[in-house]
Amino acid sequence: MAISTIDQATKKGVLAVQEYAQLSGRAVSNLFRKPFYAADLFQQADIIGVGSLPIVLMTGFFLGGALAMQSSSTLEQFGATAFTGQLVSFSMIKEIGPVVTALMVSGRNASGMASELGSMIVTEQIDAMRALGTDPLKKLVMPRIVATVVMLFFLTIMADAVGILGGGLVGVFMLGQDSSQYFHTAYQSLMFADIVQGLVKPIFFGFILASIGCFYGLKTRGGTQGVGRSTTQAVVVASVLIIITDFIIIRFMLGVFGR
Amino acid sequence: MSSASAGATPDPLAAAGIPQAAPPLSPSTNHEPVVVFEDVSIGFGREPVLDGVSFKINYGETRILMGPAGQGKSVLLKLTNGLLRPDSGRIFVFGEEISAMREDDLFELRGSIGTVFQEGALFDSLTVRDNVGYRLMEEHVPEDEITRRVAEALRFVELEQTLAKFPSQLSGGMRRRVAIARAIVTNPKLILYDSPTGGLDPITSTTIIELVMKQRDVAHTTSLVITHRLQDAFVLATHHYSREKGAMDPLPPGHADPNTSFLMLHDGKIVFDGSTKELVESEDPFIREYLT
Repeated sequence: MAISTIDQATKKGVLAVQEYAQLSGRAVSNLFRKPFYAADLFQQADIIGVGSLPIVLMTGFFLGGALAMQSSSTLEQFGATAFTGQLVSFSMIKEIGPVVTALMVSGRNASGMASELGSMIVTEQIDAMRALGTDPLKKLVMPRIVATVVMLFFLTIMADAVGILGGGLVGVFMLGQDSSQYFHTAYQSLMFADIVQGLVKPIFFGFILASIGCFYGLKTRGGTQGVGRSTTQAVVVASVLIIITDFIIIRFMLGVFGR
Repeated sequence: MSSASAGATPDPLAAAGIPQAAPPLSPSTNHEPVVVFEDVSIGFGREPVLDGVSFKINYGETRILMGPAGQGKSVLLKLTNGLLRPDSGRIFVFGEEISAMREDDLFELRGSIGTVFQEGALFDSLTVRDNVGYRLMEEHVPEDEITRRVAEALRFVELEQTLAKFPSQLSGGMRRRVAIARAIVTNPKLILYDSPTGGLDPITSTTIIELVMKQRDVAHTTSLVITHRLQDAFVLATHHYSREKGAMDPLPPGHADPNTSFLMLHDGKIVFDGSTKELVESEDPFIREYLT
């Protein structure tokens, strides 16, 4: 009984990975095949990018401030508060900016995609779309993935910028640090490898969160309860995969750039 | 739109621009079958849903597929337009083997098939106009023409006034009528109706059946109608649409529409394939029980 359960679970897992790979592959290949749904792409970019801007800016700003407060109290013990700017910019650009932005956008949009597509599945709208001669992967999935990858890239840059600004404001107005020193160290210590790492991550994270959101949405079974289940699974799986991918990218970047 | 209210419109078809009546077809019309199922089986899990199903739908014919709920009627419909693929057997639509076609090729073929889903399956974020004109928009038909053809299709189902409404603002019956308008707007050669009257009150059901009949008797579109409502099935078989009255009329007693025939599904198999008369006279215990 236990072995058959493990057997079933393994088969289910392998099948899910296969289906996910198939969906991702087809969605990406659709980028180069007609028809190209530009209007849907811009609509999704607006929903995902502009819609997520307030939460991304707020979290970025306050995380930068929190980071400045936490790090300066530690650095103070070594008489190194002058490096607060460097620590904040490093952390924001290489790690916190990309990861937290992706997690915030995942919570907002992976769930949104899963619930929207899931509702369309249970009300047969996806079948109707196919019956009307439209490929849902072209019309619904491809625009969401492309829009998320592009918009998450820019959202991350904005989160990094406001995070460093937030850290600076905390450093100057709450911790009495020198503003030019803060921003000078924040800027001077950054190297090409740090920027590359900070900009490569959102591309992977954007792809993961959008494709996972769409995958769970299109896999929805079992009415409104199924939609709820898909939404939860999409956010959980996307978040976990983002953290795992982050670890892999860091290891890869350390191997390539040595930092 | 009851029969009575439909009668208030003298010739809604001409006004709606629906293709003018072709000469009535006889079952012997010399065309290859529009739909052919050859020993088709499909299952989800261990039990087969359809087991060795074979039948044909000829050009201009209306086949009514009946059977108890949960017997695979909707699965059969989804196999017909390639939304599902059979585990075994072959399915031909317009002479092409759709069970062996790539998904991309199927999208093109489906342009010639109109489908009315069980609950309408209208896109809830689009207006009625955009729902009905969806296929035309995908084909990049000019906006003016889309508006004209959508208005024509909506006039056919007598819902012109709903153009700017969203599906959530319509009643269940109105949603089905919009779904019919969406299915016919491209003048398809085959229409599939999946329980078009399911869950509707008797008056609204009659309205929907009248629309199905109107499409059958005026455009002579080949169709597959799934229903588990005997009344709807027999109304469709024993009435015809009168263009003069703009409503349906009963055929003389003992007569049935020659282009309308029945299929009955039970335990995943076709247990009956024949005319209205043959169905009524069938001695099969299941059919007798089902009909009573």
